[in-house]
Formats: sequence, structure tokens, C-alpha cells
Amino acid sequence: MDKGKGVMGSRKWAIEFTDNSSTPSSRDIPDPPGFTRASHDQDDSTLSRQKKDAESNWKSQKAWEVAQAPFKNLLMMGFMMWMAGSTVHLFSIGITFSALWQPLSALQGVGKVFEPYKDAKVDLNAPKLLFIALNLGGMLLGVWKLNTLGLLPTHASDWVSSLPPAHEVEYSGGGIALH
Amino acid sequence: MLPTELCCVMGYLSFITTKSKQFQAIRRSPLSILITTKSATDLEKPRSNSIAMAMAIKLSLLLLVFSCSLIPTFSLFEDQVGFMDWHQRYIGKVKDAVFHTQKAGRKRVVVSTEENVIASLDLRRGEIFWRHVLGANDVVDKIDIALGKYVITLSSEGSILRAWNLPDGQMVWESSLSGSKSSKAFLTIPANLKLDLDSPIFVYGGTCLYAISSIDGEILWKKDFIPEGIDVHQLILSEGSNVIHATGVSDSSEFNTYEIDVKNGAVLNHAKTSFPRGIFGEILQISSDKSVALDSSQSTLVLISIINKQIHLQETHVSNLIHGVSSNTIILPSKLSGIFSLSTDTFIAFIKLTDEGKLHVMEKFDKKVVVSDALPLSENEQAFALVEHGDSNIHLSVRLVHDMSSNHLKETVKMDHERGFVEKIFINNYVRTDRSHGFRALIVMEDHSLLLLQQGEIVWSRDDGLASIIDVTTSELPVEKIGVSVAKVEDSLFEWLKGHMLKLKGTLMLATPDEITAIQKIRLQSSQKSKMTRDHNGFRRLLIVLTKSGKLFALHSGDGHIVWSTLLQSLRQSPQCPNPTALKLHPWQIPHHHALDHNPSVLVVGRCGLSLSSPSTLTIIDAYTGNAVRNVGPTHSTVQVLSLPFSDSEEQQLHLLIDDEKRAHLYPRSREAVEIFEKESQNVYWYSVEADVGILKGYGVKNRCDGDEFCFEARNLWSVVFPSESEKIISTVTRKGNEVVHTQAKVIADEDVMYKYISKNILFVATVSPKASGPIGSTTPDESVLVVHLVDTVTGRILHRMTHLGSQGPVHAVLSENWVVYHYFNLRAHRYEMSVIEIYDQSRAENKDVLKLIVGKHNLTTPVSSYSRPEVSTKSQSYFFTHSVKAISVTSTAKGITSKHLLIGTIGDQVLALDKRFVDPRRSLNPTQAEKEEGLLPLTDTLPIIPQSYVTHAFKVEGLRGIETIPAKLESTTLVFTYGVDLFFTRLAPSRTYDSLTEDFNYALLLLTIVALVVAIFVTWVLSERKDLQEKWR
Repeated sequence: MDKGKGVMGSRKWAIEFTDNSSTPSSRDIPDPPGFTRASHDQDDSTLSRQKKDAESNWKSQKAWEVAQAPFKNLLMMGFMMWMAGSTVHLFSIGITFSALWQPLSALQGVGKVFEPYKDAKVDLNAPKLLFIALNLGGMLLGVWKLNTLGLLPTHASDWVSSLPPAHEVEYSGGGIALH
Repeated sequence: MLPTELCCVMGYLSFITTKSKQFQAIRRSPLSILITTKSATDLEKPRSNSIAMAMAIKLSLLLLVFSCSLIPTFSLFEDQVGFMDWHQRYIGKVKDAVFHTQKAGRKRVVVSTEENVIASLDLRRGEIFWRHVLGANDVVDKIDIALGKYVITLSSEGSILRAWNLPDGQMVWESSLSGSKSSKAFLTIPANLKLDLDSPIFVYGGTCLYAISSIDGEILWKKDFIPEGIDVHQLILSEGSNVIHATGVSDSSEFNTYEIDVKNGAVLNHAKTSFPRGIFGEILQISSDKSVALDSSQSTLVLISIINKQIHLQETHVSNLIHGVSSNTIILPSKLSGIFSLSTDTFIAFIKLTDEGKLHVMEKFDKKVVVSDALPLSENEQAFALVEHGDSNIHLSVRLVHDMSSNHLKETVKMDHERGFVEKIFINNYVRTDRSHGFRALIVMEDHSLLLLQQGEIVWSRDDGLASIIDVTTSELPVEKIGVSVAKVEDSLFEWLKGHMLKLKGTLMLATPDEITAIQKIRLQSSQKSKMTRDHNGFRRLLIVLTKSGKLFALHSGDGHIVWSTLLQSLRQSPQCPNPTALKLHPWQIPHHHALDHNPSVLVVGRCGLSLSSPSTLTIIDAYTGNAVRNVGPTHSTVQVLSLPFSDSEEQQLHLLIDDEKRAHLYPRSREAVEIFEKESQNVYWYSVEADVGILKGYGVKNRCDGDEFCFEARNLWSVVFPSESEKIISTVTRKGNEVVHTQAKVIADEDVMYKYISKNILFVATVSPKASGPIGSTTPDESVLVVHLVDTVTGRILHRMTHLGSQGPVHAVLSENWVVYHYFNLRAHRYEMSVIEIYDQSRAENKDVLKLIVGKHNLTTPVSSYSRPEVSTKSQSYFFTHSVKAISVTSTAKGITSKHLLIGTIGDQVLALDKRFVDPRRSLNPTQAEKEEGLLPLTDTLPIIPQSYVTHAFKVEGLRGIETIPAKLESTTLVFTYGVDLFFTRLAPSRTYDSLTEDFNYALLLLTIVALVVAIFVTWVLSERKDLQEKWR
């Protein structure tokens, strides 16, 4: 099975229609003449190991690439935010909210993003951390933008404006005599 | 469902998108933004249908944003006039009328009114041909027609004589006659007197007699009666003679008659007879040489005859003439030759002067008879009209003067009893095809309406009582009943779609001129506008107006038609109630929740008599029907009406009526009301402004009066005495009781907060130095000081006092939220100025810690008492303002969120909307970037007058007296009702209509877009499915 998997590389599944020769039961049957099992076995295993190494290298490389992808996003977002300006209008609000939403959805799906690169030999923690950090950075950027737009309740005025005027205890009326 | 949701979302979004910083306060509130965006994202859920919707919304949003950014705040497009505003022209109660029927083509009547209007009316329809409103102080004394082409008016106690061109009302000339002393004013225009190609007009005014050229108004000669000390009572110009007889009384003890030459004013003869008792009222001329007057005791008739240049007096006791006569005899001023009418308490008598000089009573009528002047029919035939009252009709009879016994004409006209009695009648004749005389009568009714009667029918009527509105209030319309028939809905739906298709064509510029007019017609005659039910936006309301005649009108705010009108019985002259005057109108019952089966009602307060201590009457009127629900009085006097902020279980507003002895009477008179009031009586205060003595006094409730559980004695709590030698109260203003304030915080630059001092108990008092209380220019700047005070009316504490040196009144002011804006004249700068004072609460200024505010550790919502003496600080600024002002008001909205505009009634009788940001005391010459962002304008010395911001656009509200603002249910919108001689109503959105689509929003286009998008979605879906399948087969 291992062998099969190794040969198959990144494919998800494989069917061997021939009898699997590596199983102990198959050892009962003598090898055909001219066939030396040991040498072939060795050859095969070195080849598969090499392949496996290449595979995991490639995976970790890919994982790092994926982890760094939000950085580009971040730059683009920053550029768009800069373009949107600091006044509240349709575009700046849209951009800001997408800037908040994208990292959030990315963070939710962080496991899924790195699923293909799961490998016993590949350490995914570092790229994941980088990915999370970058996304958090993106979110921070969004929050910062929200703040520059003045949409975060960080000032006294934000909390006071919604308070109704205080009730007045006394009532007084009158004026010049009616005529 | 769609339009309303759209309205909401789009309203909010467009409101955010508007860059204008007048929304600072709302923009800064994060909540509304969150709601907005939430609803926006909700809509964009990835369902194919809602994608289309969202697209459509975005599209329409864009449209809206564009339309918002294009339309300036108040200016209208030409085709929008009359769309949400209406204008009605009136003239007021007619006091004199002159018919003009010389040319058959022009059937007109020229009238002068109590509102100092002269107008030419079309006799066929009653429309106004032309109209001039003279100033409030320019009272029209007499009008007449000269040379058949000029209308001559004498006004201001005989000191201004004007000639107006009869066909178009252009002024031809004006003469000012400077009399030395005020006196009666007469105007005599001789029919065919010629002096060197000129026809003189004889005017008596200011104790001088003038002969004035009717061509150019030049004074030909002048005769002053001051040296003789005589007050002339009448001028007699005999037909064909060159002599005027002026009869006068010197100090009421001597009759004097002067014969004056019409050519040069020389006195030809002077005769006098002593008459020690003096006369009462006017002298009435009854023939060319005879006049009649009453002596000062009103019991003796004096017949004055001039025989051989001598005065002969003949006295007759009224009681000898008419048996059983009571007092109050008056000679009615109807000019009938040889006959005069005498009015007493109970009846009217016609008295004929026989050829032998005997007086002879011809006929007696009961009191309800009105007589017109005599109308010459032919050489020696004169007719007059007489109106008698029946139950629901009036009897008009025309009689010939020399043949009183028979009626020349008798007609019965059905008359609405809401018009009251006939007060005046003017008749005019026309020649029928069979050469007989036909008569038309112009009658003035008790409710000041004007009607034309002809051939027993009312040809037209004008509700001119609406020219003299005293007070205005509003009421909701009834709720729409459910269960409208389906057919009607379908029909209206079809009509609706058709209308919108037309509009779509219009917007796409595909419409033909005919269709464009059809569009305009649809817009103006929207049946929605004048519906008699409540609308969602609160635009349709009843405007209830109280007029001087004691008639209450309910006008529909949609198009201004009269829904009902009622002549209040309590405000009609009666033995219990002589000289009734209407005082005040208050909403009485405003059903919201648990009294919904009640109709709303209003309270009308009136007074019987002229003095403050006269008894008053109260009437409660159903606002939907105009029926009187309850009538109280005449009862105690009323000098103040306080509408308390409490209501009973039937949602009747509690009212306190203060009488002249400072007792408070509670209404409604019920146990429950007393209980509610007694619970709160510790916190109820009132104040009086005694302007003539310069004292403000504050009162509180002491105890019950003896024997009346609804009456409370007052105790004087405080007094503010202005020194009479330096300050005289000229104006006081307080906040409107129903004003709603949204927030107590004012957010300024850099997110800082200032706390407004919001109190309903602030009184603005303006005083001037006594010398400066006259008209502008009557004093030097050094002697003139204007002082303004802000007084707390609970404690009498003066919150702020400011002195304007070299300034004087008249002061017009408006107080709203925490600011007051006032208008006055600056003598040093020779210009009008406007100042603003804003008051801020210092005791709350420390509430600036966000954390504390989040956890609720603040004193911002704790109830405030004036006795806690909150520290206040003020900011103020002054600006020049070009116009002089008749009234100032401010827009008011349902929640008080929308920014405010000042509504200024200018001297040109227009209403100007001025953004409150222009009168912000924080304006500075060089605002910082943050301040600019906040929306603060750079300081200028003069307030700008932007021609587009005239609310009244092309109209004039002649004789403007008041501007009333009523909040609509839609927060962005306020209804404005301006009244004077004319009425004007419009709808304003000071920050544009951010919470609804504009009226001419094209729903058809939106619908079309949505349908197109849905179709597109289906088509692309089918296409993509097909493509997918093909891919798979490959």
C-alpha cells in the first residue's frame, strides 16, 4: 500500500489490479526466473524516498507560499484603502468591510487552506502562524481604516450622542398677557 | 414591501454618502452605520434573486446619490411649483366697496378692507384682478373712483392720498398731506366739477382741507382749520355750485359752517351756533342743506339746516319720535337722501325728513337688518338695499328711497348659518335686456366672508376671514379604514403604472409636449395629496386656524381646501358676551394609544370684552367635524393659557388658565385631572411679563381657592424688575413647547463634545433704553442700548445678559434647543444685525471619559432641576443681515435629528430659509482643517442671502405675520405654514429628504431594471447550464 501510495505521488487513490507482491502471502510463490526481488526492492524504495522528499519539500514550499499570499492581499488592500480616502462613502465603506471580512473568512478556513499540504514530514505550524499573523494584520488594517473613517466608538461623543437629553423636573409657562 | 425597505436602506446609505458635514452628529454615531451596513450585507446574500435585487438597489442608489448631489437644498425646478406647496390670496374683511361698471366688458368692484388691502375683484367670479396691501399702519380711510379711471385711496388718517390706475392697479400718483393734528378723514370727489380742465378732489385730513388735482395729485389749495380750533365733521358739495360747505364742531360746543370757494379755498361765509351739549359720533348729511346728528347724551336728534347762510338747529327727543326707546342710539352711516336710519339696542328705525322739516318714523325693523347706501338709478330715483335675517336664509329687498313702502325687488337667499349675520351690504345695478334694473349685492358676513348675490343666488363667495388668522394648530387626519374594494385598487394600480410609464418617458426625453403636460398634471393633481386620511409620512394634516372673526377653519395641508369651518357661538356677540375676541387655540386632546376611539379636539379661548379682567369663554371643538364638544363660560378672566405636559386617561391635555387675579384654573375639570395636577403641582410654575412696567414675575402653586377645587392660588416666587429709566421690554421669546431635541451633546472638531444647556424654561427678553423704543432713527446711537437677557423662568435666575450699544429694536427672535437668534438694528453701522447666543452646560462638561460612559457612570441622564443652578457658558456672534424682518421661526422635525434652518419672514413678505450653520458662534475667520471637516463655515461679516433659498419662491405672503412649522412623521421633513393676508404652505427638508425617495422617483424604471435583471439572470443561468453539459460530453 505504501509503495502504491508512493508511486502514485499526490494522487488520492489507486487501484492495483495485480496481486500485491509485497504482502507476505505472495512470498509463497517463487519469483519468476531472472527476477531478483531484493535489488528491485531496494531500487524502488530509494526512488520512492527521493520522491517523497521532493514531495514534502514541494509541499512545505507551497505551504509557505500560501501563508505569504495574504501579504500581497494586504498590500493591495492598503492601496485600495489609500485610494478610497478617509471620508465615509459607499466605496470606502465597501473596501473597509471587505478588508475586515476577508481576513475573517480566511482565518475561519485556515485548516482547509493548509489541508493539501498536510504531511507528516512537513511542519505546517510556522506557515499557519504566518498566515494567521498576516490575516490579523489585514484585519487590523481594516479596523484602523474603520477608525480613520471615524466609525469606531472610541470617543466620548460616540457614546453621548445617543443619550437623550435629561428630563427636566420643573415645568414653567406663561408670557405676556393675552390680548 | 419593496419601496419601503428600499426607502429605509437607501435613505440611510444616501445619508451616509452625503459628504455634507451637517450630519456630523448622526454620522458620528456608529450605530446607524452598523445598521445600515448590516442591512446592506443582508441584501447581498448569494441567492440569485437577491443578487438581482441588490444590483437594482445599487443602481437605484447610484441614481439617488446622483439626484441628491444635483438638487440644491431648497431651490425648485419650475415644474415643481405647486407640487408640494400651495398659496392662497385673500383680502380681509371688506369695509368699503366701489363698483365700476362703466364699461360693460369690465365688471369689477374695488374694495378696501380691514387688513389695509385695496383690491379690484372680478364681479363674475370673485377673483382678484389686482391687489395692494398697504402697510399695517397705513389704514385705508376712504376709497373712491375719480375720472372713471383712477381709484383714489385716502389712508393713514387722511395723510396719504394715492391714485391707482383702475384697470391694472398701477399707482399713478401719491400725495402726502401733512396735517398738523390727527382728525377724521374725508374724501369727496365731485362728479362733474371742472376747474381749468382739472377735476379737483377734496380731502379733509389732519384738520386741513385740501383741494387736490386728480390728474397729478398736486395740492391746489389748502385750508387749515387749526386756528379756528374746529374739527370738521362733514363736507358738502352741492351739485352745480362752486362752494363747499364744511360743517364742524369746535370743542363740541359750537356748530360752525364754512362756505369755501372751490377755486382757491377762500372762506366766503362763516356761520356758527352754539350747542353746549356737544354731539356724539358723526354728522350725517341727508339732503343738500340738511344734516342730522345726535347730541352727546345720545337722546336727542339735532337737525342742522343751513338756510340763508345761517345755521338752524332743531332738536327732537328720540323718545318722542320712537316710543319706548332704550339707550345706545346711533345714527347709521348709510347715505340715503331724505332718510336716515337710527339704531338702538333693540331695533332699527327709518326716519324720513319731510319737506316741512318734520321727522317722521317710516318703518321699524328688529335689530338684524343691514342697510346699504343709496344708489342713484336715474335723475331723481334712488334705491337702497336692506337685508333681513331668516332662520337659514336671508331676505334681500331693494327699495326706492322716495317710495319706501313697497319693495322694488325681494329675494330670499339660502345662507349657510356658519357665515353668521350680514354685516355690510353694497349694491350695484345693471340694466337688463328689457331695460329694467337688475341689482347685485355684495355682502360682508359676520365671518368676514364676501359674497355676491344676484337673482336670488350666491354667485360667488370668498372666505376672507382667513386673511386675519390669530392662531394656528394642527391635527392628525383620521386613520384610513381597511377594506377598500379590489376594483378600485386595480384601477389605481393601472393608473399608477400608467403614470409611471409616462414619467419614464419623460425622463428618457421621449415624451411629446402633450405627454409632458399630462405628466405635470398628474404630479399636481395627485389624488394622494388631498386624501382625507392619515398618510405614512405625516404630510397630510389638518391645519386648524382661528380667525379674528371668531371662526375656526380646518384646512387640508395637501391643497389648502377648507375641510370644515365653524363660527364659534361662544365668540359671537351676545348680551352675555359683548365685544368677543378670540385669543388662543390649543390642542386639547391628541389620541395616541388608549383613547383612539376619540377624535382629536382643540381648545379655543376667547374673551368677552376688551379689558384683561373681562370674562372668558372656552370651547372644545372636535377636530374632525368642527362640532363644539363642550362650551364653558363666560367664566373667569383669562390672561394666560398654559398647556401642561400631562394628560389624563382620555389623553386630554391638562391646561392651566391664569386669570387677572393670578389664580390658576385647571382644565379639564375632573377629579382625575386634579389628582394628576396635585401630584405634580410642586413642579409647575408660571411667569408673567408685564411689559408696560418692566417686570417679570414668577409664580408657583400655593393652595386651593375657597370653594372651587379646580382653582389654585398662586404665590409670587421671584420678580425681575428692569429699571424703567434705562430698560423697556420690547420682546420676549420662549421655546416652543412641542419641540423635540435629539441629543444633548454637540460634537465639535476633533471628536470633542460640548453639552448643550437644554431647558424649556428659558425666556429671552430684549429691552431697550426708553428713548430707543421709537422707530429707527428717532434716537442717536449714544442714547440707544439694546440689552438681551436669558432668564430661567423657574427660579428667575438670569443665565446670561448681553448689551448691544448703539442698537435698537424692533427685535425679532427665535429660541430653539440651546440657542437664540435675534434680529435688531445697529444704529452705528446703519444696518440690521443678527446675533446668536448658544448656551452650554458646564456642569456636565467633565463627562468625557469613554470608559465611564460605556459602563454608564455619568450624570447625563439624571433629571435636572433649575434649582441646582447648573453652571452655564455662552458663545455668541453677530452678523449683518440685509433685510428687515417680520417674523423668525425655525424648522422642527419629528425627532430633532435633522439640522435646522431659520425661516425668516422678510420685509418683502417672503420666507427665506437660512441654514443654522451660518449663525454658529464658533465660526472663525480661518477654521482649522478639523473644523472645516466638521462643517464650520469661515466667518463672514454678512449673512448670505441665497436667492434659491426663498421658500416661497415666486409667491408673496402679503402682510406676513407668522410662520408655523409642524414636524412631519418623516424625520427629514418639516411642514411650513406661513400666514398673513395670504396663506402659504410648503414642505421643507433642511438636510434633503435623506430618508425617502423623492416624489418623482421613477418606480417604473426601477421595476423595469429589476425585471430585466431577473430575466438576464435566468438567461445566463440556462446558458451556463447548457455549456456545462456540453463540456461534460466532450
